[in-house]
Amino acid sequence: MINDPFANHAQALALRAERNEVLAANIANADTPGYKARDFDFRAAMAEQMPTQRIAVAVTDDQHIGTANTVFETRTALAYRIPAQPSIDGNTVETDIEQAQYADNVLGYQASLNFINRKIRGLQLAIRGNS
Amino acid sequence: MALNRIFDIAGSAMAAQSTRLNTTASNIANADSANGDATKVYRARHPVFQATAQPNAQPFGELLSEQRGSVGVAITGIVESNEPLAQRYQPGHPDADENGNVYVSNVNAVEEMVNMLSASRSYQSSVEIINTTKELVSQTLTMGNS
Repeated sequence: MINDPFANHAQALALRAERNEVLAANIANADTPGYKARDFDFRAAMAEQMPTQRIAVAVTDDQHIGTANTVFETRTALAYRIPAQPSIDGNTVETDIEQAQYADNVLGYQASLNFINRKIRGLQLAIRGNS
Repeated sequence: MALNRIFDIAGSAMAAQSTRLNTTASNIANADSANGDATKVYRARHPVFQATAQPNAQPFGELLSEQRGSVGVAITGIVESNEPLAQRYQPGHPDADENGNVYVSNVNAVEEMVNMLSASRSYQSSVEIINTTKELVSQTLTMGNS
C-alpha cells in the first residue's frame, strides 16, 4: 500500500537487530561459567508488533467500550534455551546452535532490508514515471 | 540501535579471550621453571570470566529501551592454580635447596593446549560476528540507494 509502504518490515528489522544482540551475547559468553543462553520467540514478538486489523467501532454512549488503538508494545520475554548437552560449569551455550540461529537471523534481517529497498525503488519509479 | 551494541559485546569477548590466550602463553613459557623455594615457583594462571549485567526476564518493551546493559564478558580476576608442585631431585641446580631438591611449576601442558584452542576458536567466532554486523550496518546505511 502507498500509505504504509514498508508494511511491517521496519518493526521486523528492529526485532531482528534485537535478536542479533541476544545471540551475539550468547556466543560471546560461550566460555563464561554459569551463563545461561537466552533467546526470544521471534514469531510471537512479531505477532505482537503487527497492528491488529480491527475496524473502529463508533462509540455513541459512555457505557460503550471502544476498540483499543494499535499497541506497539510487546511482552515477549527473553527465555532460556534448553541445552542438549549442558556443561559441568553451568554454561548452557551451544556455540554451533547459536551460530546457526545467528546466520538465520542475519538472513532474515537482509531479507527485510531487501523488501524495503525494492519498495523504495518501486515508489521512485512510480513518482518519476517512465523516465 | 541494537546493532551497535553488538560491537561492544563481541569486543569484550575478544578482549577476554585474548587475555586467556596471554595467560596460556605465559603458562606454557614458564612450564619448566623450577626453584628450590616452593613459594617462588611459577604457578599456572587462569582468568575468571563473568558475564556483565545479565538481564533478568523482563517485558520486551523494557528490553527495547536503551537502559538495558549489554551482556558482554568481563574478567574478574586471574587465579593461580593450587595443584601440587612436582618435586625433583636435582643437586646440580643453582636454586636447589639443602637436600638437592627443586620444585617445578604445576603447569599442565595438555590443559594449556586445550585452553589455547578453545580461546582461539571463541575469538574467531567473535571476529565473524563483528564482520557480519559491520556488513549489516553498512547495508542498513545504504538503504534505498541501491
